[in-house]
Order: sequence, then structure tokens, then C-alpha cells
Amino acid sequence: MTPMTPETTTDVAILGLAVVGLLILFTLIGEALRLRCPPDQSDPVVEAFNMRVHTWWGLAILLALAVLAGRIGIIALFAFASFAALREFLTFARKRRADHLSLALACFVILPLQYLFVALDWTALFTVFIPVYAFLLLPIISALRGDATNFMGRVAETQWGLMICVFCISHVPALLTYDMPDGSDRSILLIVFFAMVVQLGDLAEYYAGRRFGRRRIAASLSPKTLEGMATGVLAAALIGATLSWVTPFGLVGAAAMAAMASLVGMCGTLVFAAIKRDKGVKDWSHLIPGQGGLLDQLDSVIFAAPIFYHVTQLVWG
Amino acid sequence: MARPLCHNVQMTDLASLPRRIAARAVGHALAFVARFITAVRADWRGIEPVAKQRVYYANHVSNGDMPMIWTVLPGHMRRQTRPVAAADYWLKTRARAFIGPEVFNCVLIDRRPEVDDKPLDKILAALDEGASLIIFPEGNRNMTDAPLLPFKSGLYNMGVARPHVDLVPTWIANLNEIMPKGEIIPLPLICTVTFGAPVHVHEGEDKDTFLQRAADALKALSPDANRDATPTEPAPEPAP
Repeated sequence: MTPMTPETTTDVAILGLAVVGLLILFTLIGEALRLRCPPDQSDPVVEAFNMRVHTWWGLAILLALAVLAGRIGIIALFAFASFAALREFLTFARKRRADHLSLALACFVILPLQYLFVALDWTALFTVFIPVYAFLLLPIISALRGDATNFMGRVAETQWGLMICVFCISHVPALLTYDMPDGSDRSILLIVFFAMVVQLGDLAEYYAGRRFGRRRIAASLSPKTLEGMATGVLAAALIGATLSWVTPFGLVGAAAMAAMASLVGMCGTLVFAAIKRDKGVKDWSHLIPGQGGLLDQLDSVIFAAPIFYHVTQLVWG
Repeated sequence: MARPLCHNVQMTDLASLPRRIAARAVGHALAFVARFITAVRADWRGIEPVAKQRVYYANHVSNGDMPMIWTVLPGHMRRQTRPVAAADYWLKTRARAFIGPEVFNCVLIDRRPEVDDKPLDKILAALDEGASLIIFPEGNRNMTDAPLLPFKSGLYNMGVARPHVDLVPTWIANLNEIMPKGEIIPLPLICTVTFGAPVHVHEGEDKDTFLQRAADALKALSPDANRDATPTEPAPEPAP
């Protein structure tokens, strides 16, 4: 890997400092809220917020280390995220003994291959490997064991898990393979841009929805409200416009891309709420303290990543 | 707490130091693999994770069961906890003979009918040395669809002989799917080890009543037993 140009390094450092500043701000807000409580009791909402801020520090440090390690670091980080997400998804998926081999292949062969194709920049294979080859191969392996009980449901849920946890997540590091129009090596900044607008849009949506949300968009599934989502998308657009200098999109383009990613992400959270409800689980796991599993944290990023990747390639490719 | 395997402290400590270091390293490696594959997590529902003398009795579906409990125990509890295991399994190969007795510090029980080995004596001796134990009261791996096989009488005998020791029901979820019998590759799925509230043999309680009560306490910890309580309201959404 060639080292980053000084301009890119400077921009990565500025973005990193901005994230650290934001986290310090959140930490101070959390501590200030804590001080307002009487010393002999604690407010669960404040404690939950502080717990989340802690986790964000952890995630930010992890992403920073991956960025410092460069291309391989980012790909390894998201490969592990895929593994942990698939582990959570398959725990609640329908499966029988007959699926053991196909599920083992999904986790230990198909997942690493997908990230290998990303690392090698084999775009043609990376975009069809899971939707075509894995899609056709895994049902064959399950069928060879001769167990037809609930077969359709089993293979469908396995494929869904692979699409969501491996195919979709791998589109985040795949942004590294995007060739910037000016030929620079700044595609790594697109990942930071993408992660920031989706996560901060979610945050704005959550707290705005709590404060003044009225109209629920799917009352039986999720507390998401129209007002909260509109605020979240608007906040994402503003943050996107502020960060437009790291992207090739231009001011309006960056705002539009951020709004789109944020909106698709929120819809992803909604879809995951439906899945969790169907499976009767509250959290996918307890991997991340205070935030449940990795899938609970990444559901918006998962849905937004392939769309963000493809629109980037389509419009600015 | 005295290490039960070493009696002559100075001499054996020095001579066996490399082996003990190797055993610790292998133990950490096994725990790391277990965590990587299953992200195994303890749910301390009925007890606190403190070093109190206990007998953890668990459901048994896979050879991975015991390492899962061992992995979720904090270090200070792990060192005083000894799994009760079959000698014929753990002494079969040299690698197992190292892992079973030295890494896990197993209390080995000879199951061969021609050997006049009193398993309960060994178990009580380990308890009297202050160790906590891990036992699988079903005796064998459960290959049926029933949540538990009928318990063997060992748990009752322990409870009668050492009434001060807490008998802690310990449910291991999902392991029959992670590593079914006959499969070589473990599937990465989330495993949870749930520790319930301790049970004791009541005064004058007969064997069958107690074993049924102990089995019910264990079954009550399984996710299937808790699944009926589905919420009617949408779950409060976790913040991003």
C-alpha cells in the first residue's frame, strides 16, 4: 500500500480531531446532566446516555486505529464486524442439523472470500458472489443432507443473513476501491463521512423523536415518528454539507447523499425492528455494553451502505 | 486456597512450573477460541460472581459444554472450580490427558464397570479441599428432543453429604446447534450460560422429589421456558 499524501493525512487528522471534539462535548454534557441529579440517586436516561458515549469512544478509537493501519486495517475491521453480525443473525435464524455444513461454509469460507474480493478490488466478483454463487450453492449443500422440514424458510433465512451481514456490510470498505474523480487517495475519507452522517442522523432522530415526535410511522413495530425522522434526515444533510470538503459530491450533492443515506438507514432500523419482533428478541446480543448487539448498532449502516456505494459509483464514478 | 494437585509445595512447584505455565497458556487460548466462536456470556441471574463454594450442575448436549462454563467464570473463580469428568474420555490421548487434568484441573471418574472406584468419594474429597465443581447430572450427552434426561443420583448424594454447598443450576443455551455430535466445525452462534438461584436438599426430602425439583430449576432457565412471555408493546428502541 502506498502511504497517504500529506493533504489526505491532514484531512484525516482534522476529521479525527472533530470526532474527538464532538465526543468530548458529549462526555461533558453527560457529566453535567449527572451533576444535576441529587447525589443519592441516578437518572437511568442519563446513565444510558453516558454508557453510550463510552461505547462511541471505543468505536471511534477502533475506527481510528483501522484508518491508521490503512486499507488492510479497514477491511479487517469490517470483516470482523460481518463475522460478529452473522453470528448474531444466525443465532436466531431457522436452521436444522442438515444446514450445519452450509452455515459453516457461509461463516468460514464465503465471508472471508467476499472480503478478499474487496481487498483485491475484483468488483465484478464482489458484487455477484453472494447474490448469485452463494445463493445457488448453499441450498444445494443443505438439500444433499435430505432434510426437507421447513426447507424454504431455512435457506431463505441463511441467504438473508449473508446478504445483510456480509454483502451489505462489505460495501463500507468497498468504498476504498472507489476512484476519486481527481485521482487522489481520499476515498478513505468517504467511509468516515458515511459513518458520521448515518450515526449522527440516527442520534438526532432518536432524541428529536422523544422530545416532539407525534405521528408514528409504524406504531406496532417501532417508536419512530415522522417528526423525528424528518429532523434526523435534516441533521444528516446539514452535517453532510459541513463535511462536503472531504467528498467529491459538492455542497448540494454531499447534503443530498447524507440525507439519502440517513433515510435509508432509518428504514433499515425499522426493518430490523420487524425482524426482532418476529423472532421475539429485544437485542441481538450483549456484545456492545449498553447498546445490545452489533446488529442493533449497525442496522442503519447495513441498509445505507450498498445504496451509498452504488449512487456514488453511478453519479460520480 | 491450596492447589489440590500439588501436595509437596516447594519441590513439585519448581519442577512443574513450565507445565503449569503451559497449562495456563492453553487455558487462555481455549477461552479465546470459545469467545471468538460463540461470544459466550454469563447471565448471573440467581447468584453473584463471587468465590463461594458451589456445585454448578448443567445440561449436557455437547463436548463443548464444560469449556463454556469454564470460560465465563472469572479468573479467581475458575482457579477454584474443577469439572467432574470421565477418565476414559480425558485419558484417551496425550493431548487430552494434558488438557483434562492439568488445564481444566478435572476430577476424573472411572466409569468402567470392573473398576471398584467410588466416584462420590473423589467428589466429596474435592469438595472438602475447598474446590467448587462442575457436574452434568444427566450422566450422558442429551441427544433427544427433551430438554433434559432424568438426573442420576449423584447430585442428591452430594447435597445430602455436604449440605452447606450451594447447588447452582447452570443452563447452557445453543450449544447443540454450535457443535452437534458428529460435526467437526463449530458454528459461530451466540452462547449464553445462565446461572440460577442455588438449591439445597431439604431435610427429609427423598431422592426423586429433590432431583425433580433440581431439574425443574434448571429447565426454568432455558430460553424456551422464557419465550412465552412475548411483549405486546413494541420494545423501546435502543438509541443509536
